[in-house]
Amino acid sequence: MYAVRLWSVRHARLMERLYEALERTLVALDPAFRRIGYERLARPVAAVERTVKGLLFDCKMCGRCVLSSTGMSCPMNCPKNLRNGPCGGVRADGHCEVKPAMKCVWVQAWAGAGRMANGGAILDLQQPVEHSLQGSSAWLRIAREKGAGAAPAAGTTGKPA
Amino acid sequence: MTDHGAHSHGRLEGVLRRGQFALTAETSPPDAAAPAPLLARAHCLMGLADAVNVTDGAGARAHMGALAAAALLAQAAIEPVLQFTVRDRNRLALQGDLLGAAALGVPNILCLHGDDLARSDQPEAKPVYDIDSVTLMATARRLRDHGTLPSGRPIEPRPRLFIGAADAPIDPPAGWRPDKLAAKVAAGADFVQTQFCFDLPLLRRYLAALADHGLVGRVHILVGIGPLASAKAARWMVANLRGVHIPEPFIERLERSSDPRAEGRRLCIELLQELAEIDGVAGAHLMAPRGEAAIAETIAESGLLARRSAA
Repeated sequence: MYAVRLWSVRHARLMERLYEALERTLVALDPAFRRIGYERLARPVAAVERTVKGLLFDCKMCGRCVLSSTGMSCPMNCPKNLRNGPCGGVRADGHCEVKPAMKCVWVQAWAGAGRMANGGAILDLQQPVEHSLQGSSAWLRIAREKGAGAAPAAGTTGKPA
Repeated sequence: MTDHGAHSHGRLEGVLRRGQFALTAETSPPDAAAPAPLLARAHCLMGLADAVNVTDGAGARAHMGALAAAALLAQAAIEPVLQFTVRDRNRLALQGDLLGAAALGVPNILCLHGDDLARSDQPEAKPVYDIDSVTLMATARRLRDHGTLPSGRPIEPRPRLFIGAADAPIDPPAGWRPDKLAAKVAAGADFVQTQFCFDLPLLRRYLAALADHGLVGRVHILVGIGPLASAKAARWMVANLRGVHIPEPFIERLERSSDPRAEGRRLCIELLQELAEIDGVAGAHLMAPRGEAAIAETIAESGLLARRSAA
């Protein structure tokens, strides 16, 4: 919902804290998730994630969440799906060129990032969205990739932790 | 022979309109940013194939762009059939490329959906599919015959394009109707190139079903065939490509042979000569991955071109 989405950006610092707590919890749950099976969890967790993030951020379930790098303003709400900053069409009043009633997602992102402890992450270059992940849970992906059971990152030769 | 009434300026359309047995081949643009590797592969087909298909992002992977590759072939006097998939471009890009292809001297197009991105080396890419291949055919025909874009904006001069569709012969079950092919013909397909079909009895049953529904004679059908490189390659194709028909005795023939490549060419020539006698078959489309030279040898040895000039 648009009004809630704007509220979430105004409270980006709070959202950042909540997300940090959530991420720690998700990562800690990785062994449990592995026992239950990530495949079995995929649908129910995605449904919860869709509901919660849909309400707070108008989340589009792109599968690779970048909210903590974009001031808690979801870039998938940009009509051009731009994930690395605004286009040249931002109006003088900070609204969107395609949807004039909507504030530019990236103007919002910069405002939100300014309120966050780690707002500088907005400068990180985001990779193109992976369309094969559309609709899947980003939360489970974080748990799997950052959890204790995760394989070492590509390019390292270290033994599994 | 004038090209009065012809859609394109191409040799392929001329051969088909004269009722001669047409021979098309296939090449895949290289992973290269220079014309030489493309021309090195396709050059052997010059004068032998009536036209050479240029695949478009084969295997759902990026290669040299098909439009650029087709234009390079046309410049080198090798007539291209430009394969157009709707997987990677929206309707605006496709319409622009239809005009651009014609402007660059490409006379033939083959409208396709394109290989599934699941097979790609970049499966995370966004599949477009803004329009389907049948709509692309209708768009090409509209540009050519009405001289207008779908928005109504006029095009002058119009693109002269010979429009192709893909098809996969099947053994028709009782009551089967060729609705998909009929839709493509209705949308503007002038010719059809089929998936590999080495099973000629099956092909005859398929053509009979097409004839029952009035499709034979309304569209030129070029049957997909090729010089098989080995029994292993043939088995892989049957297992992994949709709609490929290669009878087991042919595969065993390759297996028994001490020179399977030569045997594959001999088999292909036998089938080509039989195809040339089948009513409703307008020609053959020869495919072989990285096998342009084998295709050229097969066409040369088949004697079909010599028969054409004698007739």
